[in-house]
Amino acid sequence: MSEMEIFSLHVNGERRDVTDSWLGESLLDVLRDRLGLVGAKGACEQGECGSCSVVVDGDLVCSCLVMAASAVGQQIVTVEGIAPPDAPSDVQQAFVDAGAVQCGFCTPGLIMAVHDLLDRTPVPSDTEIREELAGNVCRCTGYGRIIDAVQRVAVARVELSS
Amino acid sequence: MSIIERPADIARHGALGTSPPRPDGIEKVQGTFEFSSDISADGCLWGATLRSPHPHARIVAIDPAGAWQIDGVHAVITADDVPGQMNYGLISQDQPVFASDVVRYVGEPVAAVAADHPETCRRALAALAVEYEVLDPLLDAEAAIAGDHPPIHPDGNVIRHQRIIHGDPDVTGAVVVEGTYEIGMQDQAFLGLEAALAIPDPGAKGVELHIATQWLHEDRTQIAACLGLPEDAVRLVLGGVGGAFGAREDISLQVHTCLLALRLGRPVRMAYNRAESFIGHVHRHPATIWMRHHATSDGEIVKIESKTVLDGGAYASTSSAVLVNAITLAQGPYRCPNAVVDGWAVRTNHLPCGAMRGFGAVQACFAYESQMDKLAAACGIDPVDIRVLNAMRTGDTLITGQPVLNVAPVEECIRETAALPLPDEPVGGAPMPDGSADVMKLPGGAGRTADAGDIVRGIGWGVSIKNLMYSEAFDDYSTARCRFTDGVVTLKFATAEVGQGFVTLAPQIARTVLGVDDVRLDRIDTQIGSSGSTSASRQTWMSGGAVNAACLAVRSKIFDHVAEENGFDPAALTIDGTDIVDSVSGWRGDVAEACAGATFDETAEYHHAPTTELDENGQGSPHTAFAFVAHRAVVDVDPELGLVKVVQIATAQDVGRALNPLSVIGQIEGGIAQGLGLAVMEEIIQIDGVIRNGNFTDYLLPTFLDMPPVVATLIEQPDPYAPLGAKGVGEPPCISSTPAVVAAIRDALQQAGIDRPLDRVPVRPGDICL
Amino acid sequence: MLAEHGEATLLAGGTDAMVEINDGHRRPAGPVLAVNRIPDLRSWRHDPASGTVTIGACVTYTELMDPSVAALIPALAEASRTVGSPQIRNAGTLGGNLGTCSPAGDGLPVLAALDATVTLASVRGTRSLPVLDFMVGVKRTAIEPGELITEVTLPVVDGWQGYAKVGVRNAMVIAIASACVVLDRAARTVRVALGSVGPTILRCPEAEADLSERIDWASMAVAAPDLARFATLVSAASRPITDHRSSAEYRRHAVGVLARRLAQRALTVDPAGATR
Repeated sequence: MSEMEIFSLHVNGERRDVTDSWLGESLLDVLRDRLGLVGAKGACEQGECGSCSVVVDGDLVCSCLVMAASAVGQQIVTVEGIAPPDAPSDVQQAFVDAGAVQCGFCTPGLIMAVHDLLDRTPVPSDTEIREELAGNVCRCTGYGRIIDAVQRVAVARVELSS
Repeated sequence: MSIIERPADIARHGALGTSPPRPDGIEKVQGTFEFSSDISADGCLWGATLRSPHPHARIVAIDPAGAWQIDGVHAVITADDVPGQMNYGLISQDQPVFASDVVRYVGEPVAAVAADHPETCRRALAALAVEYEVLDPLLDAEAAIAGDHPPIHPDGNVIRHQRIIHGDPDVTGAVVVEGTYEIGMQDQAFLGLEAALAIPDPGAKGVELHIATQWLHEDRTQIAACLGLPEDAVRLVLGGVGGAFGAREDISLQVHTCLLALRLGRPVRMAYNRAESFIGHVHRHPATIWMRHHATSDGEIVKIESKTVLDGGAYASTSSAVLVNAITLAQGPYRCPNAVVDGWAVRTNHLPCGAMRGFGAVQACFAYESQMDKLAAACGIDPVDIRVLNAMRTGDTLITGQPVLNVAPVEECIRETAALPLPDEPVGGAPMPDGSADVMKLPGGAGRTADAGDIVRGIGWGVSIKNLMYSEAFDDYSTARCRFTDGVVTLKFATAEVGQGFVTLAPQIARTVLGVDDVRLDRIDTQIGSSGSTSASRQTWMSGGAVNAACLAVRSKIFDHVAEENGFDPAALTIDGTDIVDSVSGWRGDVAEACAGATFDETAEYHHAPTTELDENGQGSPHTAFAFVAHRAVVDVDPELGLVKVVQIATAQDVGRALNPLSVIGQIEGGIAQGLGLAVMEEIIQIDGVIRNGNFTDYLLPTFLDMPPVVATLIEQPDPYAPLGAKGVGEPPCISSTPAVVAAIRDALQQAGIDRPLDRVPVRPGDICL
Repeated sequence: MLAEHGEATLLAGGTDAMVEINDGHRRPAGPVLAVNRIPDLRSWRHDPASGTVTIGACVTYTELMDPSVAALIPALAEASRTVGSPQIRNAGTLGGNLGTCSPAGDGLPVLAALDATVTLASVRGTRSLPVLDFMVGVKRTAIEPGELITEVTLPVVDGWQGYAKVGVRNAMVIAIASACVVLDRAARTVRVALGSVGPTILRCPEAEADLSERIDWASMAVAAPDLARFATLVSAASRPITDHRSSAEYRRHAVGVLARRLAQRALTVDPAGATR
């Protein structure tokens, strides 16, 4: 093994010690293999598929391209931190209701990306949805039901706030 | 798109015809659903595979000493460590667990290691020394046919040669069109990479394998043979499957993981990365298809002639079955009284090919639909009209002589598709709120390669036929168990859930048949009979049929029980909603209450009607059933740069009966995306036998900005041969969407005064503009 | 610190370096310096007096897409929008683009067309050099051991500028040909830089000089045949290769079309106009 590193990360509001990471290990691998947070998925290791999307200090990023040790002191949110287990977020529920989930491998990354999108753009146009989610590849759905889920949430949030 | 939903008064929520949420949906959106790559065990080691760097070479020596010197390495195994059968394979067992004498493709497994961490594995693989004597590779399928190259495998260089002679082979038509079409190698590119966990039994007398696969029992058969263990000593449990699309039908890391675990007496995980996945599973066959159509001057097809060559790569996998689809469906969904068809599936030193969604029908369809457009042009007939004119109907025959007995609403598919609205936005879409152009609506997207004036819009058609289930005398079946106790139904089956939604459908069947709302699913594993493969659009029909049969058997027991308790005639009882109703007395009672304390447990097997093999002239009834679909593509093309943006796909699909409309739409949209990918971007490129784009940076999948809205109509004509009236819906969407997109590009170019054959998919920018 | 550890790995957004590390092609041999956490490198400033914009090496593409940047250097904002996905643009930086120095780097044609200046710092001090001298070859730069890219300075130019990029997909794609065209009204010059058609970013002196001569700078008009020749000259200046992403022939063709279309957006084209 390469030399080990010891550091702490702030994940989903908790401090988590990482005691056995090798230098250069990605945040994705540390989350999954060291911290047991397997919600972020690895599917390309090149930032091309978005399955590993997490939020670091407010920015949506591919955790496979973040060196874990470089995220010390930053606030990391993963899909496990989006909502409590017994109360799925509106985006999560809409994905289930709209048929946006098939195999589900891309889903956690998309949940992160859609929350990020709707936080920044509460009522996105079709083009905005497509451009902002273009980094999240889904091989099962052809995207139609995912777009429907996003639109459902946008509409529901507007109705809720009015 | 509007989702077709039954009115509430016809079907109660959760029953057949409605779209209840997936039972695994919440876990999947929360990230807690356990995919095979998420499964671990205490004391688990990691395994990894050493692969050949050469397309063809003799292994002179393997020296593991370097690997053993690395701390944390626990095992190094090669072909010498395979205790059972040395080879595996779905149809013929021609593929080695590890290459022992000769490697036949770049990426072929040569050895495997187990170590304490993936990083240690990586270093151990680098330290394994293999001496190769490089051999001349066979990389040309035509050379394999011509016999120009020494056999690269003891089974020879031809995997299968099959011809079809039908009707009058010498007849000719007034109009003749021909072309040679090429289909590139497509990857299934499921997102959830290959991964498995093997847990050995004490004393290494057996093993439990948690695996993402399409067919647990077939995996078990092949694994047990290679391990030299009885089948019942090998237990498979379905690990969460992140998509499949055919790539999980063959063995990949199953045997290696079990061998390492049994050798070490410890649990072992293996997981491929994307680069390894590209060389670690079979792909869609690249094909070259020459085709000549004879027709009357009115456009009626008289005869087809064709020669199909599939490059099967180094090992047979399912190549012979893919070939049968490709040649027996060469007429497309059209009447064709005469045919002279020749087909070859050959072995080369390319990556092995096997199953991918559409399975031979995809390659054939690109050829015959390109031909239909040529025929339309030659006869001066509209592309829609010529397809309607020749559309197959129930009772028509294939060129194998097999009658098509299923409902065959080909004409309805075409007409309903044509009736769907064209996109209402002009080229370039509506302007942005600030009045500027929406660059994302143009080919090239954010690259700002074009302005609206540079773009031409075209429309193209594709119509297809797909055989459902397995063919050629295979006794295909599925098994399901239904247990009813205290008003709760538990279903057990080995049907691989790969994302398609059988876990949603099975409870719908039970709710409908048994009038019970609370339906639970047992673990999907080999502790029950086989369900067959999740492939060939077969699970709704086959496993749906098995679940239906098991539920009907339990219902019969329920009726007997209620009849005996109440003095009814069981034959007079029916289920209405969640009630049992006695049609004689009018008595009505809740199913759960009427059966309080009773337990019924029934297992059923569903077999489809037998099929036959093809004779030497390709005659016979090889297929079980057929489904049809039409696609219309609207595509914006930049003729000068060769860039394309698909604007809309319209489709009407023959589904028999939509048991879960939302799932059907999901299959349609997802399948179309894969067809679009093959049309304009997806291709594995091998140069000198080496894959050049085995990653998602260079193997391009359609993104949100590449996939257009789909407008769909479901043609619902329940099929009398299908147990639930429903046809499989998974494959048809990806078959004719490809030629439809290509035809639309050709149409756009013609409007710009440019004539390009575009006889190859994927269409590359240079094919359009150079 | 960089001076003490010659073998240190510099990590900006990680979008290139981590790909190689994940691949096993690269293992950090010594310390990793996550320079994207250094505040000084994460800001940009406009200096109206000198007419320049100076961008810290770790400013991300997302930040470069901001309207405040787009108002000053629109081509850079356009190029940034074509980079990967939101996830990549949130992490990837202009400094990382320079450090990697891929011929397909989306920011680089813009820097080249604008004759940007790259500033490098080390314990020995700082030095600045033209970006065209900085980019030496395929993934090769003029960075010396112990040096760090700190910032890039670009002129604010009076005139139209734009970036265009060809990929086989409508998003998330590596350029198989790209071009940046800048019209400098004050200097009455056209500048063109090309990506993915040579070992590094290429300028097109002949095409630039020719079109600069032929534009009617008063009316910002050009004759169609002159634009066509511009495309031909740009194609001729390219030095593409054939690889798995595209053919040399297509790249040469496409880059000319891109340059012509960009110029067309900047100018009024007289279809029948006589050439000047």
